[in-house]
Amino acid sequence: MDKTEIRKPRSEIEQMEVDLLLEAVFRRYGHDFRNYARASVERRVKNFLPKAECATISEMIPKLLHDEAFFANFLGQFSIPVTEMFRDPSVYGSLRKNVLPVLKTYPFIKVWHAGCASGEEAYSLAILLKEAGLYDQATIYATDFNDLVLGKARDGIYDLESMKLFSKNYQSSGGKQSLSEYYHAEYGGIVMDQKLRRNITFANHNLVTDGVFSETHLILCRNVLIYFDRVLQDRVLELFRDSLVRGGFLCLGSKESIQFSGVKNDFKVFDDKSKIFQKKS
Amino acid sequence: MHYETHFKCVVVGASAGGMVALGKLFSMLPRTFPLSIIAVQHLHPSEGGYLPVFLARKCALPVKEVEDKMPVLKGHVYIAPANYHLLVEMDESFSLSIDARVNYSRPSIDVLFESAARVWGADLIGIILTGANQDGTNGLRKIKECGGMTMAQDPETAETPFMPSAAIDAGVVDRVMTLEKIGAFLSTIDAEASNLRCSKW
Repeated sequence: MDKTEIRKPRSEIEQMEVDLLLEAVFRRYGHDFRNYARASVERRVKNFLPKAECATISEMIPKLLHDEAFFANFLGQFSIPVTEMFRDPSVYGSLRKNVLPVLKTYPFIKVWHAGCASGEEAYSLAILLKEAGLYDQATIYATDFNDLVLGKARDGIYDLESMKLFSKNYQSSGGKQSLSEYYHAEYGGIVMDQKLRRNITFANHNLVTDGVFSETHLILCRNVLIYFDRVLQDRVLELFRDSLVRGGFLCLGSKESIQFSGVKNDFKVFDDKSKIFQKKS
Repeated sequence: MHYETHFKCVVVGASAGGMVALGKLFSMLPRTFPLSIIAVQHLHPSEGGYLPVFLARKCALPVKEVEDKMPVLKGHVYIAPANYHLLVEMDESFSLSIDARVNYSRPSIDVLFESAARVWGADLIGIILTGANQDGTNGLRKIKECGGMTMAQDPETAETPFMPSAAIDAGVVDRVMTLEKIGAFLSTIDAEASNLRCSKW
């Protein structure tokens, strides 16, 4: 072999190591991160190196294969959900003003919040539906692949500190009351009103491996697709398309788009700024 | 010397005072500038996309705020959106993330620079401008490791000198220059690239 082929830049070797590590995680535990956006995956894997006390990425592979507790730690580091109530308030404003009036025409409304993490945005949706007088005819399926955060979502307990931001977001989204109408202080934090929980079903669903939710009228999936590569993103967008009724709505994160995807022609742009798309009928 | 012509991309990081500095730098670039430019400016999380509009008015090249999966094109200027990290994938498209802040910042200059270094290696130029943070130092280090060229705005001419100084003190900067010199340098890439094309012709 030519000597120049033996010498490889470190970054190229690191990419091989990440490939091997993701393959090991998938085959050993069934968690499939192989089609996650690679640049972020590499960052997260490397950030875990000091905690794992490993010098190289490949050194982590035997630990991941043989030590289940080590894997649990790794997984925790790997899915770091960041969310807030009424995140990007203008989007919730548009849902209030433009989308809910259309949904009102259905006798029964099915909403799927895909990748709900610790549930803040699922409760935001519930509040929106309640204030539009649609709560009783609605069901919100809030799903995530991470059972740990789903538990947090079910509890609906958040820290007092974040409520300042959440209240501000709620007001700028067009909220007419005080957000404190929907929670009470307890356990040194706040607990969301149980009445809001009634029509929310929190469930484990993995966008990478699981299937369609049929006859959905509105899907929210915000800042989840940014973590997927183009192949996986396309597959998930197809899943959303097939889950929606004709004329159903898809709401993505503020910097996400279907413009670079294969489902581009199956939707029309409903509100470009808020990234709300409507399935063509 | 025609060595500059192998460059494919320029990444720029700026913080306090950066809006004016970026405007000044980008206004010096010719319409025919042949590389992609990607910039991270530290912004308040709720900033609503004014920066790309402002820079578009100063710059002869098309300026875009990045959306996820956008391809990186030659002769375009890309700006990181507020409250997202900006990364580049090996297929030369963008990805975004809302992972934890790095150096108290999201977007973080280090995150962009480190991911761009993986993609372009020696064909990358990294530039640190004015700022009150030390974001970008690790990013320049990575660019240097991968064989790229690193530059910092002369701290004495920077509105806030801390950020370029931090990078210079860490020994990761190849060239220290004023904004005018950086702009002139980048403009020669265009001239030399065209010369090269002419001589081939």
